[in-house]
Amino acid sequence: MKILVAVKRVVDHNVRIRIRPDGSGVETNGVRMSMNPFCKHAVEAAVQLAEAGKADEIVVVSVGPRAVNDVILTALAMGAHRGILVETDADLETLAIARLLAAIVAEERPDLVLLGKQAVDDDSGHVGPMLAALTDRPQASFASAIAVDGVELEVIREVDHGRETLRLPLPAIVTADLRLNMPRNAALPMVMKARAKPLAIRPAAEFGLDLAPRLQVAGIAPPPERVAGRKAGSVAELAAFIATTVRAGEALQ
Amino acid sequence: MSVLVLAELDAGALSPTTARIVTAAARLGPVDLLVVGPHAAAETAAGIAGIGKVMVSDNNLLADDLVRLLETLATRYHYLVSAASSVGRDAMPRLAAKLDIQPVTDIVAIESPNRFVRPIYAGNALQTLVDPQEKHVLTIRASAFAPTASGNAAPIETLDTPLASAARLMATHRTESDVPDLANARIVVGGGVAVGSAEGFQVIENLGKILGAAIGATRAAVDAGYAPNAWQVGQTGKIIAPDLYIAIGISGALQHLAGIQGARRIVAINTDPDAPIVKLADLALIGDLFEIVPQLIDELEKLGIKS
Repeated sequence: MKILVAVKRVVDHNVRIRIRPDGSGVETNGVRMSMNPFCKHAVEAAVQLAEAGKADEIVVVSVGPRAVNDVILTALAMGAHRGILVETDADLETLAIARLLAAIVAEERPDLVLLGKQAVDDDSGHVGPMLAALTDRPQASFASAIAVDGVELEVIREVDHGRETLRLPLPAIVTADLRLNMPRNAALPMVMKARAKPLAIRPAAEFGLDLAPRLQVAGIAPPPERVAGRKAGSVAELAAFIATTVRAGEALQ
Repeated sequence: MSVLVLAELDAGALSPTTARIVTAAARLGPVDLLVVGPHAAAETAAGIAGIGKVMVSDNNLLADDLVRLLETLATRYHYLVSAASSVGRDAMPRLAAKLDIQPVTDIVAIESPNRFVRPIYAGNALQTLVDPQEKHVLTIRASAFAPTASGNAAPIETLDTPLASAARLMATHRTESDVPDLANARIVVGGGVAVGSAEGFQVIENLGKILGAAIGATRAAVDAGYAPNAWQVGQTGKIIAPDLYIAIGISGALQHLAGIQGARRIVAINTDPDAPIVKLADLALIGDLFEIVPQLIDELEKLGIKS
């Protein structure tokens, strides 16, 4: 089985973001960047399938500027076999990214495509289901367990009211949730070895797709600030506050 | 500018989320509803004020079949709208790609029929988007909109949906609970990793019970096995907007705060006076949760609050 994993480079999830004063976006210059956490779960799932003898090739792909090579190298150090950077300096919308990935799927013909369920920068979660639509494959989003059994996958999905189990024929698209696995930190020798693995750089323009944005970003603003509260002196004071709030809520019903 | 809203269901019954999505959708134009589930849910839906008609397809559709059904209906509508729920987040981007539309998802404010606000970076920034496309695919964060009242008897039309999905649903495992649904609860009591064990969560549940509250948990508490994952509140769990959120033994990681920013009032019980949640809370009590919470239950009962 051949697996394609799509990964995204984002502002590191431990960094407190700064909004540019002109409201044009979130500052990414001079900010620590890393692989989107959900994408790490997707890479780890692919590597585990390869280690279990279920997959023989893992190709990792990302879309973005040259600096995105960092996260491709991270995936190669974790155990992916080769990388593809679809290079563009443009800030692409999710549909444009899905269309580029669909072109890569058409070339690579993977049996399974793994992605993170969402990126922690725009929190969209579009690309997995979009890629499934564009490649006309079945999808299982928010996966917390993946088992391969011949030409079928069994996936447990995390949904709002619990979990559900799906069976999908291959080829299929699966997006990873946090409880899918515990991503490994690549040891230094693996990081060194990753640099020797093949990494193809493909200009986005080469695919001949219209990647122009459909939406206009009118602005980015900080959320309304909460006014800092006070400390209660006693349990009775806390109880009185809760009782008042609960009764005020009832009055609104 | 007509709007089709995909109704949200919970265990085959209409979820209160649907009436919230209708409130948002009604700002865009006249609203029809699609119910994918039992006829009884469609009858409840037909009672939501202002609805033009309800279409019902009594199936349990996976994403690809649901999208095929929505695609056939899409020709008649300018807006295709759902909740930003696990169903909407699964299906609507797939629908958008099929229709060659860039969707706008997780909308928390509608400034005009083509200008929407959505949170990014776990709610640490709000992005305003202008959508000039002819047709729109949208998902709405239900907790950001009040529910539309009932008082209607809209006509119900039954659809026959052929099933073609290559995927098969083998089993569903519901997290059974007798407490209110998190996404729609007016009061939520949340526990963090400081609760220490699944047994410790009983203390949280006891307080929840007398307040008639839903129970939430942080990702760390869920990861530690103290609470089921359906209780997880935060960027990667549920987004809540209750009148009151009581955060117990929760430090206030960014991940968790992203899920509670819509709460009208926040109360915190924590041993650490410098915890981020304490700085954010309207009122905080510093101390050990296992001492405070039982006393709090007694005090609330004295004030006449009983389950």
